[in-house]
Amino acid sequence: MILALVLLPALAGALAFALASNRARRVLMVASAAGHAGMVVFAWLLSPAAIGGWLKLDALGLVTLTIASGLFLASSVYAAGYLEREGRGPRRDFEEGTLFADAPERVFTGCLLLFLAAMTLVTVSHHLGLLWVAVEATTLASAPLIYFHRHHRSLEATWKYLLICSVGIALALLGTFFLAVAGSNSGQEQLPLVLGDLIAAGPSLNRLWLRVAIIFLLVGYGTKMGLAPMHTWLPDAHSESPSLVSALLSGALLNCAFLGILRVVQVSAAASDRAFISGLLVVFGLISMTVAAAFILGQADFKRMLAYSSVEHMGILALGVGLGGAGSFGAMLHSVNHSLTKGCLFLVAGNVLHTYRTKSAREVHGLLRVLPVSGALWVAGFLAIAGSPPFGPFLSELVILRAALDTGRNWVAAVYVALLAIIFVGMSAIVMRMAQPAEAGVDLPAAAGGEAASAILPPLALGAAVLVLGLYVPPALSGLLHEAGLLLEAYQ
Amino acid sequence: MTAAQIADDLLILVVLVDLFTLASSRLGTLIRTVALQGMVLGVLPLVAHPGELTVRTVMLATGSLALKGFVFPWLLFRATRDEAVRREARPYVGYSLSLLVGTVMIGGSFVLGARLPLPFPAVSSLLVPVALSTTMIGLFLIVSRRKAATQVLGYLVLENGIFVFGLTLAVKMPTLVEMGVLLDVFIGVFVMGIALHHIHRNFDSIDTSELTSLKDEP
Amino acid sequence: MGTLVRPELLLLHALSLAAAPLLPGLIVRTKALIAGRTGPPLLQGYSDLWKLMGKGAVYSDVTSWLFRAGPVAGLASVVTAWCLLPSWGVSAPLSFAGDLVLFVCLLGLSRFLTVLAALDTGSSFEGMGASREITFSALTEPALFLALATLARATGATSLSGMLGGRMTHAWGAAGSSLALTAVCLFVVLLAENARIPVDDPATHLELTMIHEVMVLDHGGPDLAFIQYGAALKLWVFQALLVGLTLPVRTGGLLADAAAFLMGMIILSMVIGVVESIMARLQLSRVPQLLIGAGALAAFGLILTVR
Repeated sequence: MILALVLLPALAGALAFALASNRARRVLMVASAAGHAGMVVFAWLLSPAAIGGWLKLDALGLVTLTIASGLFLASSVYAAGYLEREGRGPRRDFEEGTLFADAPERVFTGCLLLFLAAMTLVTVSHHLGLLWVAVEATTLASAPLIYFHRHHRSLEATWKYLLICSVGIALALLGTFFLAVAGSNSGQEQLPLVLGDLIAAGPSLNRLWLRVAIIFLLVGYGTKMGLAPMHTWLPDAHSESPSLVSALLSGALLNCAFLGILRVVQVSAAASDRAFISGLLVVFGLISMTVAAAFILGQADFKRMLAYSSVEHMGILALGVGLGGAGSFGAMLHSVNHSLTKGCLFLVAGNVLHTYRTKSAREVHGLLRVLPVSGALWVAGFLAIAGSPPFGPFLSELVILRAALDTGRNWVAAVYVALLAIIFVGMSAIVMRMAQPAEAGVDLPAAAGGEAASAILPPLALGAAVLVLGLYVPPALSGLLHEAGLLLEAYQ
Repeated sequence: MTAAQIADDLLILVVLVDLFTLASSRLGTLIRTVALQGMVLGVLPLVAHPGELTVRTVMLATGSLALKGFVFPWLLFRATRDEAVRREARPYVGYSLSLLVGTVMIGGSFVLGARLPLPFPAVSSLLVPVALSTTMIGLFLIVSRRKAATQVLGYLVLENGIFVFGLTLAVKMPTLVEMGVLLDVFIGVFVMGIALHHIHRNFDSIDTSELTSLKDEP
Repeated sequence: MGTLVRPELLLLHALSLAAAPLLPGLIVRTKALIAGRTGPPLLQGYSDLWKLMGKGAVYSDVTSWLFRAGPVAGLASVVTAWCLLPSWGVSAPLSFAGDLVLFVCLLGLSRFLTVLAALDTGSSFEGMGASREITFSALTEPALFLALATLARATGATSLSGMLGGRMTHAWGAAGSSLALTAVCLFVVLLAENARIPVDDPATHLELTMIHEVMVLDHGGPDLAFIQYGAALKLWVFQALLVGLTLPVRTGGLLADAAAFLMGMIILSMVIGVVESIMARLQLSRVPQLLIGAGALAAFGLILTVR
C-alpha cells in the first residue's frame, strides 16, 4: 500500500512524458491525483503496514501526506484548465514585452507528477538517508516547474532555487552523517539511521555529535522550508512560477521540508535533549516572522506578498514546535490551515494575474466587480491567512499563543502577537486596495467569458475547508493531530 | 605503506586540490581538477578498507569514479561549450584573498576536528578536518564566484567534502542510500547543466551578477 | 654549537665561500645548453668579479653614505646569514637555539640595505624596483618563516644546524607529506628571493620589467662586485637549505656526506636552469598569487605537523 502511494504518481509521471496528446495527459494528471487522494483516504481508514522499518506511515507523515495529496488534487483540476488556457506558440511577456515560449506540456505534467511521488516518499521515509534522497528529489522535480514560462526572470528564479536548495540540502546530508555518528556507540553492526532505531537508542546518543547534527539539519532542511535567513530563494521562485506551482510549493513542499526537521525533533526528544532544538526553533521562528513582516510592508508584487506570508507561517510552525506541548499540536493544526489557505490564495492570484496581466498590486483595482468569485475568495483568504476569525488559522495561532503564555515565555508571546498585527496591517493595505472599486476614469479589464469552473472550484473548495476548520475540527482529524503532536514530545 | 598512510596522502591531495580551485581562474582547468578530486575520493574507500573489499565497495567505487571523473566533467564541458565563458570574471573575492581565506578555513577545520573526536576508530585522523575544510571551501567558492559554472563546481567540491565524511562511515552505510546519494548528485548536476545552458542562451554569458532583475523595491 | 676547530671543516667552509659564484654560472650554462647554444664558461663569474674589482666606481652627487655603505653592509649580512646555515653535511660555523629567526632577519636586512641604497639615488627606476621587491618580500618572508617553522616542528630542533642534521632523515619518515609541501614552498621562495624566472628575469634590461636588476643599476666597480658576490652567496644559502631538506644524507663519513651535498647542489642548479628555460615570466599581478600559494602550502604543512 505504501509502495503503491509512491509508485502511482511516479509511473503516471513517466507515462506523461510518453503520451502524445495533451488532452490525454491532462486526464491522466487529474486521474492520478484522484487515485492518490483515494489511496490516502484508504490509509486513514486502515493504517498501512510498514515495510521493514524504512517505510512507515505514522501520524506526522499522514498529516503531511494528506495535505499534499488534497492540495495536489485541487491544483491538478486547476492545472487542467490552466494548461488549456495557456495555448501554444510564443507569447508576449506583459512585464517587458518580449516574446517567450512555454516549456513543453509533457515536461510540466510529468515533473508535476514526479514531484508528487517525491513528496509522498518524504512522508513515508523512516530512514533518514532515504528521507534525504526524497527531499533532494523534490528539489530536482520542482525546478523545471518553476521554469515553465521560459524567460530570463524565471530562469533567474530557477537558478537561485536550484543552487540555494541544493546547497542547503547538502548541508542536511552532512547533518545526517553526523547523526549517524552520534548513534554509533549503541553497539550495533550498522550505524542506525532508521528513525525507530535512533529513538530506541535515545539516551545513549553522543550528545556533542547530536547537537552538531541538529545545527546542520536545521540549517539544511530549514533552507528548503523557507526559514529566514535561508529563505532568499522563496520570493523569487514563488513570484515567477505558475500560480498552481506556487500553491504546491508553499502548501505542500515546505511542509515536507518541515517533516525532516520534525524527525530530528523526535530523535532529540528521545535523547532527552529537546531543549536545545526547541531554543533554536523559537529563534528561527521569530526571525522568520520578523523578516516576513519587514518585507510585506509596502510590498508591490502581490505574489511576493504571498511568498513572504509563507515565510511568516513557516516561522509560526517552527515557533509552535519550539514551544512544545500544546504548541506542537497547534503547529500541526496550523500546517493544515496554512496549506489550505495558501493554496486557495495562490490559485486565486493566478486568476487575477490572468485577467489583469500584471503582478503589481497597485495596478489591480475593482477586483470584486471584475471577478466576483475570485475577488470574494481573495478577501476571505486574506482574512484567513492574517489570522482573523472565523477561519482556521485563527484557532491554530491562538493555540500557539496559549502555549507560549502557559510556559511563561511572555516576551515571545508579545513579539509574536506584535508581528502578527504588523503583518495584518501590511497585508490589508495591499489586499483591500485591490478589492476596492476603481476610481473614475480607470478602465478595468473584462474577464473574458466569465470565470472558468476549473479556475474557481478548486480554490472555492479549499476556502470552504478553511472556513469549516475555523468553526469545527472533526474528531478524526483532531485525534490524528494530537497523536502527531505527542510524537514530538519527550518520551517517558 | 600502511593503509593509514595511503589514506593520509590521498586526503592531503584532496586539500591541495581545494587550494588550487581557490587560485585558478580557468574554467577548463577547474573542471579537470575537481574531476581529479572526485576520482581520488572514488579510490579512497578501496585503499582505506583493504580488508573489506567486497563486491559492493568495488561497485560503489567504480560508480563514483566513473561519475565524478568522467560524466560530470563531460556535462560541464558541454554546458560551457562557448570559449567566451571559459574564464572566470573578476570574482567577488580576489584570488589572493581567496587563498588566504582558504588557508584560514583549513586551519579552523583542523581546530574543529580536534574538538569533534569520532567515537569509533577511523582509518585516518585527517578525515574529519579534511571533510570540514573541503565543505567550507566549496561553500566559499559558491559565494565568491560570479560564473554560474564555477558555482556548480563549488557545489561539487561541497559534495566531495561531505563524501569524505561519509567515508568515515563507509562500511556502515546501506548500499541503497549511498546509491541514492550518488544518483541525486548526478541528477542535480545534470539539471544544473541544463540550466547553465539556458542561462548562456538567455544572457549570452554565465555571469550571475547579471541575474539581478528579481528584487524587492522599497 | 660548533666552532671552526677541525681543519677539514675549515677547508669545507672556505670552499663554500669560494664556490658560490659557480652556481649562477651553472644555471646560465644549463639555460644556454637547453637553448642550443654553448654559453659562457662555468668560471665566468670569477672573471667578472676580478674585472669589477679592478675598476673604479662613479658616485653621483645626489647620493649619500648610504649608497656607498649599501653594498658592503649588504654583503656582510649575507655572509653572517651564511654562517648560520649548515652545508656539506656538517654543522654551520655558528649555531644556537632559535637561530632560524636571525637567519631570516639577516636576509631581510641585506634586502633592506640594498633597497635603501637604491632609493638613495633618487631615480624613479630604482624606486620602482624597490617597491616591487618589498611587495614580493612581504609575501615571501612569511612563507619562509612558515616553512622553517614546519621544519622545526617536524625535527624538534630550533637551530638550522639541528634541523638539517641527522634528524631530517628521521623526520621524513614521520612527517613526509609536510616536508614535501615545505620543499615545494621553499623552491618557490628560492626562485622569488633570487630573482629567477618566473618571478623576475635576471637577463632582462627593460626598465619596466626589471625588479632586482634595476635596484643595482647605478652601482659600479667594487660595489657591483660585492653585490654580485652577495647574490651568488644568497643563492648558495637558499640552495643549501633546500638540499639539506631534500637530501638528508648522513652516512657518518665526512667525504661521503660532502660528495652527496655537492651532487645535490649541482643538480638543483641544473633544475633551476631547466625551470627557467621552460617557464615564462609571470605577469606582475600574478606573482602575489604564486607567493601566497607557496605560503598556503607551507601553512598547510605546518598544520599537518601541529595536529
